[in-house]
Amino acid sequence: MPLERKVKYESECDKGFADWVASQPGCENLRGCIQCGTCSAACPLALYMDYTPRRIINLARAGFKKEVLSSFTIWLCASCYACRTECSKDIHVTDVMYLLKRRAIEEGVYPRRFPTPVLAREFSRMIFTFGRINETFLVADLFLRTNWFRFLSMIGLGLNLMRTGRMTYLPDSIKGRAELRKVLTALDSDKQKEAVK
Amino acid sequence: MKYQYFPGCSLKGTGRAYEESFLAVFGALNIEVKELEDWNCCGATAYMSVDEAKSYALAGRILAIAARGEGDVIAPCNACYLVLNKTMKTLKEQPELRARVSRALEAAGLEYIDTVKVRHPLDVLVNDIGVDELKKRVKKPVAGLKVASYYGCQMVRPYATFDDQHNPMTMDRIIAASGAECVDWPLKTHCCGGSLTGTVPDAGLRMAYIILKEAKRRGAQAIVTPCPLCQFNLDGYQDQIARKFERVDIPVLYFTQVLGLAMGLGASELGLGRGIISAESILAGR
Repeated sequence: MPLERKVKYESECDKGFADWVASQPGCENLRGCIQCGTCSAACPLALYMDYTPRRIINLARAGFKKEVLSSFTIWLCASCYACRTECSKDIHVTDVMYLLKRRAIEEGVYPRRFPTPVLAREFSRMIFTFGRINETFLVADLFLRTNWFRFLSMIGLGLNLMRTGRMTYLPDSIKGRAELRKVLTALDSDKQKEAVK
Repeated sequence: MKYQYFPGCSLKGTGRAYEESFLAVFGALNIEVKELEDWNCCGATAYMSVDEAKSYALAGRILAIAARGEGDVIAPCNACYLVLNKTMKTLKEQPELRARVSRALEAAGLEYIDTVKVRHPLDVLVNDIGVDELKKRVKKPVAGLKVASYYGCQMVRPYATFDDQHNPMTMDRIIAASGAECVDWPLKTHCCGGSLTGTVPDAGLRMAYIILKEAKRRGAQAIVTPCPLCQFNLDGYQDQIARKFERVDIPVLYFTQVLGLAMGLGASELGLGRGIISAESILAGR
């Protein structure tokens, strides 16, 4: 078995990424994290994470870009805000997770075929198209894209929803689709202008 | 009293029993509730993972629509409630982001206005109507029913000001006013798994299972919740949970269904037949 160094040297960190994290609104006080681990203790999903929330905060502020952006942790965060509520330093851990998720999608480095980022992407596409979410269509689309086998296991749930009259057969759509698209695309061009600056 | 109503996508879809019971209860209390016109999805947790400004702009359009109407906005879905309040709070704190969102809304002839109040139905029932008034409306107390009062995470965390973040009580008081009994249990605000029940079942189904099992262990005959996603996860996935862990078999109701029953409203009016785990056992003889 080839030997592999498991601890990174500081020189291997991405200083630019550390500066970027520190400059993001809401991340001003990341330096104040005392690494007490209360966030990890409060997190109901920490037991499945490759890095606990405490470690993500520490890695992100130090500039371990690859580790945090390609971690499973950020995609396991269900946004329950338990970490943030318990944090003695008022660090908005949940929002840091969101920040890292967005950057991971932007750079295309999220774990392949892991359904959470795919869900986020399809969710936003569905809003652009219809203005609303149809849960049935969203779930079907997600599993056809990521996991056929899982799609089959969801058939029972689908039948149960039909039986209880909770299934929606036609996508619900808003009247102001053009208006909504104008708002969303205005932000795209706004972003490009920012990037040019 | 006049209110506006923002249903959100779930209350028109898998959570339609929540809409049915919410409207039935508010109707019976003679509270006027007007649905926002042509509302869009709030973006929930998924959109925030893709684009922050767009996510706030989605909420901005909803707030702009609400500003045209009269009265506070009631958002029964925990995620919608969180997103709308989060948007107003964050954009107050971050003027640059607020300016970007405003510009985008203006491009479509809308204006970012954050003067409306977005409230949860639990807040409205307890603080505007009052538990004493609700007690007066109870005609058929659901006596002898033991339930686990389960709030889910996003109602009290982190923006709610009307209830305690660690031990919320508003729903417990409404359940007590309805004549039912709340069991003592520690998972009131534990996460149900959110969208992970579907996307990462190994983790998500276990989260839902923990809640179901603990409620049953504490002697609850039903779980009562104010959130459509919690209801969906806890009710809809019990078959898959049975295959993976063990069968728990416990109905999951909306608090508006329990209150509605106590107020003498009919089971079908309250959408009580929409539970995948049938609520018949606890309805028998009522």
